[in-house]
Formats: sequence, C-alpha cells, structure tokens
Amino acid sequence: MKIAGSLLLMLIAISGFVVVRTRNVTAQILALSFYGLILAVMFFFFQAPDVALSQIVVGAVALPLMVMLAIARMQNRDRLRERSRSRER
Amino acid sequence: MSAKCRLIVFCLSAIPFAIVYLAAAKNLPPWGHYRGPYGDVISSLSVYERHTTDVVNAIDYDYRGFDTLGEEYILFASVLGVMLLLRDPNPKSGTADEGQGLSKTVKFGSAACFGLLLIFGFYICTHGQLTPGGGFQGGVIIATAFMLIYIAENLKSFKAITSHPLMEALEALGAGLYAVTGVSALLVGAPFLTNWLPLGTAGDVFSSGTIAVISASVGLEVAAGFILLSYTYLEDIISGGGKVS
Repeated sequence: MKIAGSLLLMLIAISGFVVVRTRNVTAQILALSFYGLILAVMFFFFQAPDVALSQIVVGAVALPLMVMLAIARMQNRDRLRERSRSRER
Repeated sequence: MSAKCRLIVFCLSAIPFAIVYLAAAKNLPPWGHYRGPYGDVISSLSVYERHTTDVVNAIDYDYRGFDTLGEEYILFASVLGVMLLLRDPNPKSGTADEGQGLSKTVKFGSAACFGLLLIFGFYICTHGQLTPGGGFQGGVIIATAFMLIYIAENLKSFKAITSHPLMEALEALGAGLYAVTGVSALLVGAPFLTNWLPLGTAGDVFSSGTIAVISASVGLEVAAGFILLSYTYLEDIISGGGKVS
C-alpha cells in the first residue's frame, strides 16, 4: 500500500516535469491530459472517488479541450495576420 | 539576467523553501491517518441528518451549499465572458467546415459512444446523493457527449442539435434553479438554502431533499455552459475568427 502510493506520487512528479519540459504545444496538451488522468488515479487510490471523478472530467477532458481550442484560435489568428501582411506587399 | 545570476536567485529562494518544507513534512500525520474531528463527525452524521450516502455531495450542496452557489456563478460568469468576447456581431456565411480530415473509424466510434456517454452523464447527475459524482461531473460528461457529435459529423449538425438560444435558456435555468431552491426555503420559514424538502429513504434515488434538486440544476448549468463554450470557440475558429483589426 505504502509502496504503491509512493510510486504513484513519484509518477505524478515525473509526468508533471514532462508537461513542463515538452516544447511542442500539441504534445504538451496530450501530456497535460495524461497528467490529469494520473492525478485522478492518485485521488482514487487515496479513497477520494468524488474528487477523482471531478479530476477526470476537468483535468483530463475539459482543460485540455479548452486549451486546444484556445491554441487553435491563436494559430488561426497568426495565419490570418501573415496572409494580410503578404497581401500588403 | 545571466545564468549565474539566475542560479543565485534560485538558490536564495529554494534553500529557505526546502528548509520550511522539510520542517512541515516532518510534522505530517502518519500514512493513511486523518487529524481533526470535523470529517469524522460529518461522515457519521450525514446519513442520519440528510439521508445521503455520499457525504461529499451532502457537504457540497447542503452543509456548504452557499460556497457552491458562489462557485456555480463563477462558472456562469466566465462562460458569459467568453461568449461576449468571441461573439461575432455580423456572422459570415458560406464558410462550410472542411470535414476535419478524420478517418471513418474515428467518426463511427464517436457516434457509437454518444448515447452511452449521454446516459452515463445523466446517471452521474441524478445519482450524486448515492454514489460519487454529482451535478458538476455529470454536466461535463453530458457536454463532452455533445462534442462527439462534432467529431462524428460537422459543426452544422453540432449547431442543429445544440441550438444556441435553447442552450442559453437552459444555462440560465440551471443557474437560476439553484438560487430559487435556496430562496424557497425562506417561504417555509427556514434560513436560506435549508434542506426543507422531504428527505425520503436513504439509498433511494428520490431522497435527500434539496440535494438532489440542486445537483440536477448544477448539472444542467454545467452541461449547457460547456456546450455553449465549445460551440462559441468552434464557430469562431471555423468562421476565421481572430481577425486582425
């Protein structure tokens, strides 16, 4: 019990580090989603199924979805800006 | 800032933090133990007082219902903010979306999962007082079920199913129902957000009085809010939002 919990906490630390170190934005969102899932497993392991369920829906689904949509919009804006700039020339 | 300077600043902050952290960790309760009387008291009382087998929901929607009311209106206000910022005053037409380039397998899988996910979301919403779950989690699950329609089909059918004015009305209804449930306690002469409805049998779906009503209203609000949010974003991206002004 103690060993499994420690391993789980260690895995969370490692995957959190990986999220920060990933440079490609799309890969980073997937890493963030995985990190949320591991966090949910941790909550479930420590007997908090309610929090685990919230963590799954927010950390592994809703948050990556929102970040992905926001980044898609920003890339869209950059593309439009480049196009209007090349038209001016 | 040079690399050496940065290292010095890091050490200046990291070393005191490490000392304080280790001192705090030394005083932690042993593995699996819980200090403090409140949690034990409330988990032994909630079944008798509120006929709720899920203590977390009893705290969320009853004992600390006022905090959750504030949280719900935070979500409501942020969804409104995104919609105000991204709303196009004169939407363009004729920007059909380009099929997203997804394989048939993915589309079929999404369509197959839609019904299952929707039922699961409703189950989580309505059984919050019995098993882990509740309005918030169920609402997000329902919203993601509708996102699968966008993956399986396109934005047009997503829009047809989650028609905009209806979703807005549902979101407002969900947010309002919570406050109305709270105010309704005043009509029977009890304080705001008192659980005045009949409590029923513990373990029954229709039990625990206002907790079930509030959980359902939160589920409605969260589901409609997330659908509106994703719809606003998607429409904005596909119709070429983020114009250079």
